[in-house]
Amino acid sequence: MTAFRSLSLAMFKGFFRDKAALFFTFVFPLIFLVVFGLLFKDAGTSKIKIAAVGDGPVITALEKSGAVELEHVDSLDAAVAKVKNGDLPAVVAQQGDSVVLRFAASDQAKSGTVLGLVAGVVDQANLAATGQPPKLKLDPARVEDSSLKPIQFLTPGLLSWGLATSAVFGAALTLVNWRKKQVLRRIRLAPVGTPTVLSSRLLVSVGVAVVQAALFVTIASTPLFGLKLSGQWWLGLPMLVLGTLSFFSIGMLVGSFAKTEEAATAFANLLVLPMAFLSGTFFPLDSAPAWLKTVSNVLPLKHLNEGMLNVLVRGKGIDSLLVPGGILIGFTLVVGVIAAKFFRWEDA
Amino acid sequence: MTRTRGPGGTTIVVEDVHKHYGDLHAVDGVSFTVAEGEFFGILGPNGAGKTTTLEIVEGLRSPDSGTVTLLGEVPWPRNPKLLPRIGVQLQASSFFDKLTAREQLETFASLYGVSKATAAETLELVGLTDKADTRENKLSGGQRQRLSIACALAHDPDVLFLDEPTAALDPQARRNLWDVLRAIQGRGKTIVYTTHYLDEAEILCDRVAIMDKGKILAMDAPATLVRGLDAPTHIVLAHGLVAEDEARGFVGVDDVTDDGVSLTMSTRKPAPVLTVLAERGALDGLQVRTATLEDVFLNLTGREYRA
Ligand SMILES: Nc1ncnc2c1ncn2[C@@H]1O[C@H](COP(=O)(O)OP(=O)(O)OP(=O)(O)O)[C@@H](O)[C@H]1O
Ligand SMILES: [Mg+2]
Repeated sequence: MTAFRSLSLAMFKGFFRDKAALFFTFVFPLIFLVVFGLLFKDAGTSKIKIAAVGDGPVITALEKSGAVELEHVDSLDAAVAKVKNGDLPAVVAQQGDSVVLRFAASDQAKSGTVLGLVAGVVDQANLAATGQPPKLKLDPARVEDSSLKPIQFLTPGLLSWGLATSAVFGAALTLVNWRKKQVLRRIRLAPVGTPTVLSSRLLVSVGVAVVQAALFVTIASTPLFGLKLSGQWWLGLPMLVLGTLSFFSIGMLVGSFAKTEEAATAFANLLVLPMAFLSGTFFPLDSAPAWLKTVSNVLPLKHLNEGMLNVLVRGKGIDSLLVPGGILIGFTLVVGVIAAKFFRWEDA
Repeated sequence: MTRTRGPGGTTIVVEDVHKHYGDLHAVDGVSFTVAEGEFFGILGPNGAGKTTTLEIVEGLRSPDSGTVTLLGEVPWPRNPKLLPRIGVQLQASSFFDKLTAREQLETFASLYGVSKATAAETLELVGLTDKADTRENKLSGGQRQRLSIACALAHDPDVLFLDEPTAALDPQARRNLWDVLRAIQGRGKTIVYTTHYLDEAEILCDRVAIMDKGKILAMDAPATLVRGLDAPTHIVLAHGLVAEDEARGFVGVDDVTDDGVSLTMSTRKPAPVLTVLAERGALDGLQVRTATLEDVFLNLTGREYRA
C-alpha cells in the first residue's frame, strides 16, 4: 500500500468512527435544513388576502387569477369594518355593473398591489364587454425557474455552509490532534513528503464533502422539502472541490495556531459563523449596508454559495463558475501560503 | 542494501553538542560515538537530557552548537536519505486516533513501503497478535509501548533509537523485548536506547553513557565502569546468625552493620569471609551483592539513583 493510500484510509477510518464528527458533518446541516425549510415552506406562495362582497365577473376573474386570496363577506359594511380594523388590506364588492374597492391606505404596499390588480381586472372585463380584440398584448412571465421556491435558495446556502464547517473543522482538528499526539513528529521521521500528507488529508476532506453534499441534496429533494435540481447540477462538483480547498486552507491556518482541540474549535467557530451570516447563508444580504457586502466579497463562502446557486438551481452553465471558482482558487493560494508560513511540527 | 559506513565502522558521531531551553542547559557539551552493530545505552535520572540528546541525533531537533553525523549524513535539517534507515520510538507514544493496533502498525509501516504481512510479523514479534483488533486507546500502557516499538521496527532499520522502551513493561514483556533487541543486534543492527533500569543496561548494553544535568559523567562498558569503582562486595546474612562484634573479627571484613533484620559485611576479599561462614554453617539467607551501575551513579554524583 502506498503512503498516500494508507494515510487517507487511516483518516477516513478515524473520521467514520468518530460519532461527534459524523453528527456535525451529516446531521447538523440537516437540522438547519429542516428548520429553515419548514419555516419558509410557504413564504414564496403567500398571497394577499382581501374581502369580497357579492358576485360578478370581476370577482370571478380575481378568484381565477390566483393573485389574491378572497374572503367572502356578507355585507359591504362588515367588510369595510374589517379593513378599518387592519384585518384585511382591502375589500372588493360587485353588484351588477358597479365595482367598489375600499382599501386601507395605512398598508401602502399591499393596497397599491390590490388597486393595480383590481383595476387591471376591471379594464379587461370592460374590454371583453366591447367585443373588440385587444390592441396591445402583454406577455408576462417570471424570470426565475418556475419552481423557484425558498428551498431552492436555501439548499445551496446551507449546503455551502455545511461544507465550510466540516472542511475547516476537519483540517484544523486533524492538524492539532496530530501535533498533540506526536503523530506529526513521527511522520516527519518517516520517508514521506509533506505533499503526500497534505494531499491525503485533502482527499479525505473532499470525500467527506461529496458524501455530505449527496446526503444533503437527496434529503432536500424529497417531497417534504421539494428541491428541484437544474439540469447541470453536476457542475456543483468542481465547485465543491474548490470550496473544500479554500476551507481546508482556513482549517490549516487555524490548526497552525491552535494548541488544543478546544482552542481550534473556538477559532474555527469564530471564523465560520460570522462568515456564514456575512455570506447570506441564513438570510439574503440584499438589505445589508454596502460595506458589509464588500466585506462578504472576500469570503470564500459567499462565492461557493453563489457558484452553487448558479449551477444547482439557476440552471446556469460552466461559465457562471469562472468568477466564483477563480476567487476560491485565489483565496486558497493566499491563505495556504500564510498557513504554510505558520505551520509547526510540534509545540514550543 | 548497501551499507554506508562511517569512518571505521562508526555509525554515530556526536561532537560537543549543546542545547539550551531558555536558561536551561538541557544538553551541555555531549560527545560520543557509537560503532556499527553496537548496543549503546544512555542512562540518567529524569531531566538528565537523554531524550533531548537522542532527538538531536535522530534529526528531530537542531543542536544549538556541535555536530552530529549519523550513517555518514547530517540528520538536521530533515534528511530524507537517512529516514528509511533509522527507526525511532519516541518517549511519548504517537498514534492515530481511533485505529486498532494492527491498523496503526500497518499505517506507519506503509510510510516505509512495508507490506501488511511484514507488519503482522512485527506485531507477532512484540507479542500483540491477540490485541491486533483492539483500539489503541484500549491497550494497556505496556501494550501501547510494545506497539510503538513495533512501529519503529517494522521497516527493519539499520539504526534503532528507543527512548525508554522498557518503561511500563511487566517483567515478562521486558525479558521478551530483551530477546527481540538482542536478535536485532545479532543481525548487525545498531541500537541506541535510554533507560532508567541500571540492571537492564548492564545486561543489554555493550557500552553505556551515564548522563546527569546535560553532561555525560562516564561512558564505558558496564562491567568496566563497575570494576573501575573498586567498590566493596556486600555479604548479607539473616540477623542473629553471627554477632556483630564477632563478624568484625573475620579476616577480610572492613565494615559491619546490623539493622536488626539482617547483618551486612563489606569486604574486598569475599572468598575467606564466605569460607568462614560456610565452616560455621551460617549461610541462611545469604546474599552476595557486588557493585552495580547504581553504585557507579552514586559514586559519580554523590546521590542515590532514583529513576
Ligand atoms: N521543548 C522543551 N522546552 C523547554 N524545556 C525542555 C524541552 N524539552 C526538554 N526540556 C528540558 O530539558 C531537560 C532535559 O529534558 P529531557 O527530556 O532530555 O530529559 P530526559 O533525560 O529524557 O528525562 P526523562 O527521564 O524524564 O525522560 C529537562 O529539564 C526538560 O525540562
Ligand atoms: Mg526522556
